[in-house]
Amino acid sequence: MEFPKDLKYTKEHEWVKVEGNTATVGITDYAQDSLGDVVYVELPPEGGSVTKNEPFGVVESVKAVSDLYSPLSGNVTEVNDAIIDSPEAINEDPYGDAWMIKVEIGSDDDLADLLTADEYQKFIEEEK
Amino acid sequence: MPYIPHTDKDISVILKAIGVSSLDDILGSLPAGLRVKGSLNLPKGLSEQELKSLLKGLSGKNSTVEEYTSFLGAGAYNHYIPSVVASLISRSEFYTSYTPYQPELAQGTLQAIFEYQTLVCQLTAMDVSNASLYDGASATAEAVLMARRITGRHGVVLSSALHPEYRDTVKTYLKGSGDHISEVMYCTEEGRTLPGALEGAINDNTACVVVQHPNFFGSLEDVGELARIIHEKKGLLIVVTNEAVSLGLLKPPGELGADIAVGDNQSFGNPLSYGGPHLGFMATKTEYIRQMPGRLVGQTVDKNGQTAFCLTFATREQHIRRERATSNICTNHGLCALAASIHMVSLGSKGLKTLALLNLSKAEYLKERLSSAGVKPAFTSQTFNEFTVKVEKDPDSLLKSLLKKRIMGGLSLKKFHPVLSSHLLVAATELNSREEIDRFAEELAKA
Amino acid sequence: MEANGTKGLLLNEPLIFEKSSEGRVGVEPASFDVPRADAAALIPGGLLRDGLDGFPDLSEIDTVRHYTRLSQWNFGLDSGFYPLGSCTMKYNPKVNEDIAGMTGFTRIHPYQSEDLSQGALEVMYELEAYLAEISGMDAVTLQPSAGAHGELCGLLMIAEYFKSKGRPRTKVIIPDTAHGTNPASSHLAGFKVVPVKSEGKGVLTVEAVKAAIDRETAAVMLTNPNTLGLFESHIKEIADLVHSKGGFLYCDGANLNAIMGIMKLGDLGVDVVQFNLHKTFSTPHGGGGPGSGPVGVRLVLEPYLPVPRIKKAGKKFKLVTDRPKSIGRLKAFYGNFSIMVRAYSYIRRMGGEGLKRASETAILNANYIKERLKGTYQLAFDRPCMHECVFSDKLQQADGVSTMDVAKRLIDYGYHPPTVYFPLVVPGAIMVEPTETESLETMDKFIEAMRAIAQEAKTNPELLKNAPANTRVQRVDETRAAREPVLKWTGVKK
Repeated sequence: MEFPKDLKYTKEHEWVKVEGNTATVGITDYAQDSLGDVVYVELPPEGGSVTKNEPFGVVESVKAVSDLYSPLSGNVTEVNDAIIDSPEAINEDPYGDAWMIKVEIGSDDDLADLLTADEYQKFIEEEK
Repeated sequence: MPYIPHTDKDISVILKAIGVSSLDDILGSLPAGLRVKGSLNLPKGLSEQELKSLLKGLSGKNSTVEEYTSFLGAGAYNHYIPSVVASLISRSEFYTSYTPYQPELAQGTLQAIFEYQTLVCQLTAMDVSNASLYDGASATAEAVLMARRITGRHGVVLSSALHPEYRDTVKTYLKGSGDHISEVMYCTEEGRTLPGALEGAINDNTACVVVQHPNFFGSLEDVGELARIIHEKKGLLIVVTNEAVSLGLLKPPGELGADIAVGDNQSFGNPLSYGGPHLGFMATKTEYIRQMPGRLVGQTVDKNGQTAFCLTFATREQHIRRERATSNICTNHGLCALAASIHMVSLGSKGLKTLALLNLSKAEYLKERLSSAGVKPAFTSQTFNEFTVKVEKDPDSLLKSLLKKRIMGGLSLKKFHPVLSSHLLVAATELNSREEIDRFAEELAKA
Repeated sequence: MEANGTKGLLLNEPLIFEKSSEGRVGVEPASFDVPRADAAALIPGGLLRDGLDGFPDLSEIDTVRHYTRLSQWNFGLDSGFYPLGSCTMKYNPKVNEDIAGMTGFTRIHPYQSEDLSQGALEVMYELEAYLAEISGMDAVTLQPSAGAHGELCGLLMIAEYFKSKGRPRTKVIIPDTAHGTNPASSHLAGFKVVPVKSEGKGVLTVEAVKAAIDRETAAVMLTNPNTLGLFESHIKEIADLVHSKGGFLYCDGANLNAIMGIMKLGDLGVDVVQFNLHKTFSTPHGGGGPGSGPVGVRLVLEPYLPVPRIKKAGKKFKLVTDRPKSIGRLKAFYGNFSIMVRAYSYIRRMGGEGLKRASETAILNANYIKERLKGTYQLAFDRPCMHECVFSDKLQQADGVSTMDVAKRLIDYGYHPPTVYFPLVVPGAIMVEPTETESLETMDKFIEAMRAIAQEAKTNPELLKNAPANTRVQRVDETRAAREPVLKWTGVKK
């Protein structure tokens, strides 16, 4: 299982990639593996806003459903429509093709409590 | 003891294996003071023969629509059920199985439901149907809740020509989420919901309008026009059909602008049974699948690529989504749906059209005979197999005197609509012969 | 041990629509003895149907063969042992089917005069009384169509009680072992769900409830015995606690088959209970309904029961609707009457003694399987159980085998799998409920099969992963069903 070092993580199993003023958000390899085959994903509309620690969408496998929690607050600048048509991408490439939303960073404070790859890996070991 | 195969020897083998000397050793952890002392105060058990004779006696205290000539409808219709229905649903592989959670052991049930879903879609001209709901009334309530989820609005407008018990059921279901229910009054001349009246009853917070067609009084509604009006306000139209045989002749809800079609399929293959179990149905547009309650069967393949069926979209349901599920419904009315499918298939497209025309013809003949006897339709709208008449005498005493002639002469509407204090709702189906209709008209004229 | 399921003669069968041939009629309607109406003239143009696209046309024999073949692809209770935990798959007596089919019960109209329906009303009135006696409740309604419908009914009554006192309450406490219907019904009734963890103890503790309860708590909703097959031993104290806060104790009666004649829920402090006639009272499950879910309540909630109520005046039974505090109705008419007739017949056949014996034997059977399989499969709680026991796949994980594999392999041995992956608090749960109607020999063979499968898991795990091998279709691709939904036939009719 992979946990790229250049990403930040949440305890709700989302990853965040910060580039300039934009944060790209998706779910981790661990999350997709625990869910199993993803069959459906629901994302917010482009131009909408998300709030830190609040649900922004839903991801479903055949027998499980999970809320997606936003790691930060801000406006949604882009949504990955491709994964709505082919949710299997979430299983195949969680950190790449299957990014979910891009958010304009409102406050850097939002990012302060995110986990590093090592911290996240340790967290999921404990959770097991 | 009936149905319990254990001999004394078996019991001792079991106790020994468990490592206890009596059942009380197992029940030791139960609070002793709270155990039932002595036995339950219930009648002593009966042999099978005694039981059957007891229940034969009880059933004999009821008078059936075979012994009487019945013109009762109002949401429960007396239709002829072909013999194949009982014969096939009595196969115990069907009726003794559970909900098809293990698809490899339930392909029969699953394919039958898939076919039922298809039949409902064909009947209603909707995109997708679920595996069934309890009955027409609860299906209507579920449709209203679904419309609220889809639109994010609260307002619910019910036609007052919707079956009164359906309206009551909607009100009960909405107690938990704030009712916001209003009614649009039917036209007292036409006996149907007027588009103009609907226009005044809806606003930008209206989630849905619920219209029954044919409605409780038997009248056909101008569904297309009602659809146009609610769609202008971006609300949804729920069309309720509780005499499903009418769909053999009437334009289906899907072609009239319905967003959700619900109702009762009891008319197909399910006996009156004193009102239950009947068969709620629900069909809708593809884009609303995820907001639809109830079980859904999908076609797929097995690991060898062979066609197979399984339950799908289960994440909408309570066993996965718990308090956020689309409904609390777990089971449905599977066996009733199977009976309905078998009846529909037995009729086929030609048979269904003929049956619907036969029902219309019987009702038109009844209308004419009653009119000749001085009992006229109360409303001007066209009807299918049921209509409302106005009588001179008190309808309750009239019905009583008809019972003496072994006629169940319809339903007095007084208790549902106080203004309709001298009105009867009468239905005629293929089971009402010309002689029966003639006799009913004669007795009415005499009374 | 050899897997004893074999492939019988299982014929392939297309969809019914693919067997259609335009122009055929199976069972034609009666002939017209009245003038044929001119539909085109009578029905306004916009309301007349054009066609019935795709609707199948078959001969009678083809219809019969179609459904007969489908039935042969099913495994019913009559086909073999069906130890589906939490579902109480007990034998469905044939005599009940005969009785329910009597025309005096099937061909009666819900709106026919009460004078003509005295037999039906008597059956319902007495069934209410029997259920009240079995549960220790004061009044019963038979209206709800299923267990979940009954839950909704009970919770709406509780909500209405508080509203009528001018002090609505907002919360329902539900343990994490509960069926999904419990939180879903609570939500539908307008409550916020407060989950409490069983925290590995198997039963709910008074402390856990105490920590969650307050004056906003309308009810604590539990199942007793719970879904782990364990008796909620602190139920009386929990009842006292919730009552001291002015709330109600709701018991999901799904597992009533464990305690008939042994304990009455009323004596344990329960205020509301729903009965699942299709579980405890032997009515068939029908491949997914119809069931029936009556609700029993204490006197204080009686005014809130749905309408109509059945009353006895002298020797006559009547339906009463004038009840201002009632929650209203949950469906049209009175409930799933023909299911009630079956349950009534079952109770009369068993009698009080028989029902008690049924529960006692159900407990013995579950404990027998628990004792004989523990060690082979990990027991979730190694203590006496009630009518069902819960194992897990913990011991099989080392072989890379999961609960699902064990379940699917059982099919090859000729058994319906137990309930799997429920309750959620036991990872990889395997929940076995034999019921009282299964003999010692049946259980022994099942135990032998379960042991053989545990052995196969070690020696030949592929056998499990590829199971079932003896069924007409093998493991079904549920992912594809969800990703590429096909929910109806869309072909073109011949």
